[in-house]
Amino acid sequence: MEPPRNPLRETTMALVLPRREGFLSVWPGQLLVAALIAVILLLFLIIPVATVIYVAFTEKGTGAFTLVNFVDFLHTDLFVRSFWNSIYVSAMAVVLASLFALPLATLTTRFEFRGALIVQTLGFIPLIMPPFVGAVAMQLLFGRNGTVNLLLDDWLGFKIPFMEGLNGVIFVQAVHYFPFILVNVSAALRNIDRSMEEAAQNLGCSGFRLFRRVVFPLALPGYLAGASLVFVKVFDDLATPLLLNVKDMLAPQAYLRVTAIGIADPMGYVISVVLIIVSIVAMWASAAAMRGRDYATVQRGGGGLAKRKMGLWGNVAAYAVVILILLLVLAPHIGLLLLSFATIWSFSPLPDGFTLAHYGRVFGESFIYVKNTLLYASLAGLIDVVLGVAIAYIVLRTRLFGREWLDWAASAALAVPGVVLGIGYLRTFYGVQLPDGRPLATLWIMIVIALAIRRLPYALRACYAALQQISASLEEAAENLGATKWRTVRRIVVPLMMGGILAGFISSFATAAVELSATLMLVQSDTDAPIAYGLYIFMQSAAGRGPGAALGVIAVALVALCTILSHIVIERGQRATSRR
Amino acid sequence: MKRLLAVLSAFAFAVGVSPAEAQSPTGKVTVSTSYSKDVTDPVKKAFEKAHPGVTLDVQNRNTNAGVKYLEETRGNNQTDLFWASAPDAFEVLKGKGLLQKYEPKATGIPEKIGAFPINDPDGYYFGFAASGYGIMWNERYAKANNLPDPKEWSDLAKAVYFDHVAMAAPSRSGTTHLTIETILQGDGWEKGWRTIKEMAGNFRQITERSFGVPDAVNSGEVGFGIVIDFFAFSAQASGFPIKFVYPTVTTIVPANVAIVANAPNKAGAEAFIEFLLSPEGQEVLLEPSIRRLPINPAVYAKAPADYPNPFKDPSLGARVKFDVNISEKRTAVVDALFDQMITFQLDNIKSATKAVHEAEAALAKKDNAEARALVKEARDLIAAMPISEEQASSPEIAGAFTGGKQKGARQAELEQQWAAFAREHYAQAQAKAEQALKLAR
Repeated sequence: MEPPRNPLRETTMALVLPRREGFLSVWPGQLLVAALIAVILLLFLIIPVATVIYVAFTEKGTGAFTLVNFVDFLHTDLFVRSFWNSIYVSAMAVVLASLFALPLATLTTRFEFRGALIVQTLGFIPLIMPPFVGAVAMQLLFGRNGTVNLLLDDWLGFKIPFMEGLNGVIFVQAVHYFPFILVNVSAALRNIDRSMEEAAQNLGCSGFRLFRRVVFPLALPGYLAGASLVFVKVFDDLATPLLLNVKDMLAPQAYLRVTAIGIADPMGYVISVVLIIVSIVAMWASAAAMRGRDYATVQRGGGGLAKRKMGLWGNVAAYAVVILILLLVLAPHIGLLLLSFATIWSFSPLPDGFTLAHYGRVFGESFIYVKNTLLYASLAGLIDVVLGVAIAYIVLRTRLFGREWLDWAASAALAVPGVVLGIGYLRTFYGVQLPDGRPLATLWIMIVIALAIRRLPYALRACYAALQQISASLEEAAENLGATKWRTVRRIVVPLMMGGILAGFISSFATAAVELSATLMLVQSDTDAPIAYGLYIFMQSAAGRGPGAALGVIAVALVALCTILSHIVIERGQRATSRR
Repeated sequence: MKRLLAVLSAFAFAVGVSPAEAQSPTGKVTVSTSYSKDVTDPVKKAFEKAHPGVTLDVQNRNTNAGVKYLEETRGNNQTDLFWASAPDAFEVLKGKGLLQKYEPKATGIPEKIGAFPINDPDGYYFGFAASGYGIMWNERYAKANNLPDPKEWSDLAKAVYFDHVAMAAPSRSGTTHLTIETILQGDGWEKGWRTIKEMAGNFRQITERSFGVPDAVNSGEVGFGIVIDFFAFSAQASGFPIKFVYPTVTTIVPANVAIVANAPNKAGAEAFIEFLLSPEGQEVLLEPSIRRLPINPAVYAKAPADYPNPFKDPSLGARVKFDVNISEKRTAVVDALFDQMITFQLDNIKSATKAVHEAEAALAKKDNAEARALVKEARDLIAAMPISEEQASSPEIAGAFTGGKQKGARQAELEQQWAAFAREHYAQAQAKAEQALKLAR
């Protein structure tokens, strides 16, 4: 063991750590796990996607290999414009999302704040935006003739274009995805060793300076994990721009082309390749930003940062900020709730009347959807955290050749449009017959795998950040005391990562519960369908809008309930450990 | 860790280990459809009642996804029927050999509705209901903005409707594509595109799915929508403040159903088609949540009083002789032209149109021959098309969109040319109109 270093200096001054060769050597077990993950990614991500997007590299007519399609991409004004629009929107969405997330995260983790659990849960809900009906609800509230603008126009004679053009996309995306930052930063803040803060205070540092120089840098892995997810997710998201009718962004362009019937145009796949490359570069950049810095802290069990009390005015201000942010980011769900009870809601600030009929209509048939959704999403979340922990461990704790590629390949899943993955699964697995003659692709387990692959980056980022915060010296200590690698992982690493694992599970679980695009290709019958699909088939008709909203509310409530439940269980568990 | 696992697995297993297995294959009829639950549920119920022991397994996918699905799964097909509105999707499926021939036995169904043959002449797909295109609008929206009721497509080109109209992209919605094709065939290529672009100058949005338009009009987000009739009828039936009109240049086209090639339950598939075409099946179409036009004229006797009847009302769709062959040859080209010149240039065409409207408003107050000539030039610039009608269906250009075996122009190259053409013309038009406005002042 090296002599103990001053952890504060080490972390805040970002010293380059010397590599510890003996500790970071390759073990057969690690090799096996890495190989297994590589096979999983190859089988369920890379091969299916490759069967679809290889078209991007073929010449029209002959099918020979060519890069001419990429030249076309660069020569098409629309695509170049779309590219820069996407970059701009993603960057601005990260800024706005940080403005929503950082106050919520700091206030609820660093201060004695009544209702912190509720705030954490509510702050998470925007991530669970059911397809279609969420957008309808937002238009009814913030649209050109939504509640807010109708009232503004009545009283003050002007309207605010919340939902128009690129700025509309930035607004909606920030509202939708800021929980990624909230969840990851909160987990990171909770993980910071109290002694760091105390040491800084003893040296005379306090207030905002303390936050800026010590606390925030220590939480940086969490922030970067969240921010890079928001960036890549916004860059690759097609649903929101399309629902706001913004088409000159990259992901919608890819989608519009891939799904056009009867057209064998390679450009959709060319754009998909560009999306994948940008996503990998963004992930690489966020890893590069952390390179040469060590954010790990050694001591554990202090229960994270000291929670301080606020004065009366501090309290008032804090609650005001929290309530304001929550009202803004939860507006779509408030709208959704209203919509699910509304009779007719058209060009008016509030619905014409209220009814319970929509819930009555979906009550009978929603049970099977609820059951399927819980089953699929929790299995997918489980697969994701297992893979996420394993990949994070291999990348950060081993020296296997090409280990970063596991991370990048898994992260590339963010950039693959769901429909491309869906078609890829049909292409790869429909030909494989089960003993009873049914194609493999028709089994419900394929939906689970597709969901798990699509949501893997969320869990992976969270696990990665959690592991970055743990000092390797704890593992060294365990091994010096005679523990095997496996035992160290099981008894030291995973328990210390628990906060991050939970954050990852919840992100994957909750978003998988409302995923539609890949599911739509793979659902074979109503009895195998999750809620998002049920919602989709309601939202194709005027009469289905209410029932669709009711199903949406059920989905959100369900996921929120599970989120609270797991928070409570984990918190109880942590309290039990720290008491021991 | 154990605790976490316990929580996680509690989620997984509290809800049961596997979703219900699908029904045994005997007596299961699988249909891939783009229709919403409001349409499929009543039909399913009536069909299963008429054929006890048979279950209808409804797989809901939008038309594009449905076509892709059948294509990808053809090696081991599990789908019996394809059921959707857009005839062009059936043409694509037929062209790829994914449909099965059949001769329906149902009686009482005429050969044509308006100018359109009800069944595919080759016997691969069959009309079961009819639909026409028209304009739907939100009464509250129109009243709040003091907008008159439109009657014709060209009404939507008037300055009062600027920024108040929505339509789906024809490349995304087979039904909207037919609306565009109907206007092009009814008015001719040049005049048709002029009408379309004049309307488009007033568009608020171009949505990516058909239902996006009625959704926006129902909410009151947009006032006027160019839609297929049943979107408006079913919205009215659900209580939304919606009105609808068929313009004279409209066509009534059938919505279709077809048996998929190598259907696992061919007998069941045939039974379903016969049921849809039978009087009982046709009557289901009259339900308020469905509201499509039956193709059996006798069934209208049971319809509500104001139900549109294309067999009695000669104005419905009689004016345009819709030629399926012309439409088929240039489908992809028309869609790409629309996207490159309108959908992705919406801001440009709108600012040019706005400048023209302003110049014309000024001219109405104070006439000026020179300015009038400039406005006419501006309008011609907006209406200009990069290719002629002959070119649109020529093999050289159409070939770029089919990904055929021959080498030729790539789609991306052509699209870039058209987009550049449109952008330049709109910019010039805007400059001329602004010049005219100065002169007229």
